[in-house]
Amino acid sequence: MKVQIDSDRCQGHGRCYDLAPELFGADDEGYGQVLGDGVVPAGQEQGARLAAANCPESAVIILEET
Amino acid sequence: MTTDNRFSQELREERDEQQTGTLSEVITGPVSDWATDFSHADPEWAADPFPIQDDLRQRCPVAHTERFGGAWLPTRYDDVASIAHDTERFSSRAIVISNFRPPLDLAPVGGTPPISSDPPFHHDARKLLLPAFTKTAIGRYEESTREYCNSLIDAFDTSDGRGVVDAAQDYAKYIPMRVIGDMLGLPQQDTALFAEFVEAVLGTVDLPPEERGERLRPLFDYLYDQVREHVDNPRDDLTTHLINAELYGQKLGPEHVVGTIVLLLIAGIDTTWSAIGASLWHLAGNRADRERLAASPNALPTAMEEFLRAYAPVTMARLVKQDMHFGDVDMKAEDWILLSFPAANRDPAHFDQADQVVIDREVNRHAAFGLGIHRCLGSHLARMELRVALEVWLSRIPEFTLADPSAVTWSTGQIRGPRTLPLRIS
Repeated sequence: MKVQIDSDRCQGHGRCYDLAPELFGADDEGYGQVLGDGVVPAGQEQGARLAAANCPESAVIILEET
Repeated sequence: MTTDNRFSQELREERDEQQTGTLSEVITGPVSDWATDFSHADPEWAADPFPIQDDLRQRCPVAHTERFGGAWLPTRYDDVASIAHDTERFSSRAIVISNFRPPLDLAPVGGTPPISSDPPFHHDARKLLLPAFTKTAIGRYEESTREYCNSLIDAFDTSDGRGVVDAAQDYAKYIPMRVIGDMLGLPQQDTALFAEFVEAVLGTVDLPPEERGERLRPLFDYLYDQVREHVDNPRDDLTTHLINAELYGQKLGPEHVVGTIVLLLIAGIDTTWSAIGASLWHLAGNRADRERLAASPNALPTAMEEFLRAYAPVTMARLVKQDMHFGDVDMKAEDWILLSFPAANRDPAHFDQADQVVIDREVNRHAAFGLGIHRCLGSHLARMELRVALEVWLSRIPEFTLADPSAVTWSTGQIRGPRTLPLRIS
């Protein structure tokens, strides 16, 4: 599983880094950022799903492994 | 070195004389039909707007009123979201509905940038403020907020033996006033004044412009004094930051500086006051939820989001730019939109059990802080204040009940929360 943030949609609500701080951080203006390469380590899938499901702008994208 | 005289009294009076705008006929009295004559200033709406919104959502879903010179009320989540995201067709030139519409040429800046601003100016004005309101920047105020919440509870006076306190007036109200005052660098002994300023801004929307101007004068007199004092004695706070800030190679105009300070001071106060109060009101009346959160502080962050969804305090407004179709209705230029995030948050098409408060709701894509480019600048501040206020209260006062449910009063207008909240705490 991999996560991405659509920066055109992100408005800095911060739900992703509230709910999954191991996967997301904030830039200097509070917009969400994916930490590292976005690959979700085993065991952190639930955090990724919660971040995506709670983003008010639907800016968090999950790419499931195919 | 040249003196900074942007904030002089003479220049301010010259500008005040240039104020224009249009006034619509004032229509008051009871609402005849919520679908065609709604009024968010009605006491029935203040007491419990949710059944009204639920009814409108099923049968309208965009209600209308001739009041305020014409206004629309969308009640579905999708309609609220699409308007919030559509800054091409809907302007933020004014964001509090009244019978007064400011002049068209106030756009794209508006009176209180950036909340009153439209693109592209909005982006640049907001960028000046974002770094001060990130979650990390706000974290610096958490410890002092916690100490302040504790000091408010220490000061509760239950000496009459009834064991009742007003959680709205003696607790919730003071927390956001003190924190934003500290951020702006305003004297702590002035904190109680801020509540009067909030009332002057939000409680006067139906007054004629001259009368409203008189009511707002003490706020502007106070802020111009504070700004001039900061010009003379610069320090590390938001007021000095705005005085020194530049846009397009120039310092900000005096109306931008003071308008933004008005926004920062007013917008964070009765909103967060409302969120804290509504959460305590819910917990006072719901024993299971109260016991759960008192026993499990870890459950609070999720519960808090549910309080924000179900009791979202803030409704915004927009002005229609040009005649247009929106769904099944024909909107006219200069019609108001009452942009009800509370109504969106209770749309059953978007939330399971939308009318129920489910404190373990894990998936909660609510819009309490708005959507799109105007996402509440202070949302990280509000969340910190709400969380700390509830953590401190629940740890100090785990058992509390509504002393008299019929004595609870709720504010009218676009910000909704308890204004009298007698709680029995012992």
